[in-house]
Amino acid sequence: MNLETDPAAGTPPPGDRPPTPEGGDPDTLTRRPPAGHLPGPTHAAVPATVRVGRLEPAAISAVMARDIVMFKRYWRATTFSSVVQPVIYLLAFGLGFGSLVHHVGHFRYVQYVATGVVATAVLFSSAFPGMFNTFVRWRFQRTYDALLAAPIDAEELVTAETLWIAIRSGVYGVAPLVVGFFWGLTPEPAMLLVPFIGLITGFGFANFGVLIAAFAKTIDNFNYVTSAVLTPMFLVAGTFFPITQLPGALRTIAQFNPLYHCVALVRDLSLETFHLSDLLHLGVLVIFALLLWRLATTQMQRRLID
Amino acid sequence: MTGGPGNAIELRGIVKRFGSLTAVAGLDLSVPSGVCLGLLGPNGAGKSTTMRMLTGQTLATEGSITLLGHALPAQSKQARMAMGVVPQLDNLDVELTCRQILSIFARLYRVPRSEREAAVTRALGIANLGARADTVVRDLSGGMRRRLLVARALIHRPRLVLLDEPTVGLDPQVRQELWTLIAGLRADGVTVLMSTHYIEEAERLADTVAVMSAGQIIAQGTPAELVRAHAGREVIEVYGPPAELTALTAEASRRGWSHRRSGPALAILNAERLDGDAPAGVRRPANLEDAFVALTGEEIE
Ligand SMILES: Nc1ncnc2c1ncn2[C@@H]1O[C@H](COP(=O)(O)OP(=O)(O)OP(=O)(O)O)[C@@H](O)[C@H]1O
Ligand SMILES: [Mg+2]
Repeated sequence: MNLETDPAAGTPPPGDRPPTPEGGDPDTLTRRPPAGHLPGPTHAAVPATVRVGRLEPAAISAVMARDIVMFKRYWRATTFSSVVQPVIYLLAFGLGFGSLVHHVGHFRYVQYVATGVVATAVLFSSAFPGMFNTFVRWRFQRTYDALLAAPIDAEELVTAETLWIAIRSGVYGVAPLVVGFFWGLTPEPAMLLVPFIGLITGFGFANFGVLIAAFAKTIDNFNYVTSAVLTPMFLVAGTFFPITQLPGALRTIAQFNPLYHCVALVRDLSLETFHLSDLLHLGVLVIFALLLWRLATTQMQRRLID
Repeated sequence: MTGGPGNAIELRGIVKRFGSLTAVAGLDLSVPSGVCLGLLGPNGAGKSTTMRMLTGQTLATEGSITLLGHALPAQSKQARMAMGVVPQLDNLDVELTCRQILSIFARLYRVPRSEREAAVTRALGIANLGARADTVVRDLSGGMRRRLLVARALIHRPRLVLLDEPTVGLDPQVRQELWTLIAGLRADGVTVLMSTHYIEEAERLADTVAVMSAGQIIAQGTPAELVRAHAGREVIEVYGPPAELTALTAEASRRGWSHRRSGPALAILNAERLDGDAPAGVRRPANLEDAFVALTGEEIE
């Protein structure tokens, strides 16, 4: 499905990098002054203003700064995979299926699907990076080893990584709406809230991905989660058809699907059918996000610090 | 938040178990401020495990750790603020340039925004990578990567630097360069804890050498003290056909002479004490390698 983008998902573990040949390195041939006598004041040490505690903004923003540098390098691939796939669903269902099914309730099918696929875009652009980036950076690239030797706690590390993914997926979640505008979806002011709904949902699913990565033995383990959890989740979220069409038991299960609440909330905001029950959807998403964040941070902490 | 004068590192009764395996078995170690201490030990002695306990990446099963006056693990983050770490295994971001990596670490170490650029330039200078500042790590040579790893650890001018086998696998010329760099740190008054299994490295750089074996410090002192205490003043190297050396080995054991194989020769330690009994051979001054082998029973590089 949506392969993440940062460096390494899908590429061989950097542990297997071939050694770089040493010869002919011009830098090693030039002399330099001894390191001890370089210009500048000695031992700036820790600035007095530095705060040391839990969830320090400086620590979180520093880890995110790394993500942003990485993103600048890979944004094309990341964006392509995060946007194109939901748009394909939108076109295939909205236009293809839409020629058979014209309406769901009083919405036109294209409106129905375009607003529903927002959640799909958010899911794909958060759960997959959550799993793959974490596993690759932790196990293959030893990035987390490097970061944790600096004054960064595991909690800050996980929070920063998932927050960055969440911000991205909030933005990518808007893509289906933008595409929908070309097929008769009407822009509404309340749609400006969609990125925030995407951010909250994406934060939950990014942390879900991290939690899976914390337990995964190998990167192939993610296939089970994709097939057994994420795919069914995205199919029975009310994206393509109302969950009221499902048999009773499945309908009840679907109510526990966070993605269903994201779909419902985004749709009600975008189609101006917002009512009080949407606060319940929002509440579920917030609780889902906070719960998964706590689980992901505590489990990663236990595994990163042995 | 300073440890003041006194010890930058204090380890008391440290035990670390991984399941049934005891990696560190009751380790006591003090490193006074401004000293370069070489942790010399064979593979699996527990050097890296000790280093990782100091960075808070592994928790000690028993014992107490104080770093720069901060008690670990509770105050590990404060300690890490003033500490630089060069890991045994390269963990650089291969897709990023030297400059990008150094600026990210400047932020991670809370170097104020206005000083970051100068810090990066200075670190590039230390690593002699000014000309390669915008090269991605993937395209650097192994030696350059090591230098970048050291520069990354120095970006915030730490008071304490941990170096875990800083020159392992490098060719002699690059090793020399890193030695110059480490010697510079020492001259600057930075406390250095360096693990190595290269005798020469410990001999050249360390004020004090602690010999580690099976999770414990089994001897500690200046290189000269260790040599004197465990190998004496002189060593006789006896060369000859294998059968003759085997016979001599047996005799050395019987007479309680401390001895070891040294390449093709048999080396008899503490030769100055043998007087008239000494076998014929080449006399040379005892060195740290003799002491190390006498202590650990292991031949190393
Ligand atoms: N995370 C871990 N889980 C289980 N065992 C471990 C772990 N880390 C280290 N060990 C074991 O602890 C012992 C000490 O390892 P350590 O890496 O500290 O040795 P070292 O002195 O650094 O050796 P080397 O010179 O090879 O780097 C070894 O037996 C190693 O297998
Ligand atoms: Mg080691």
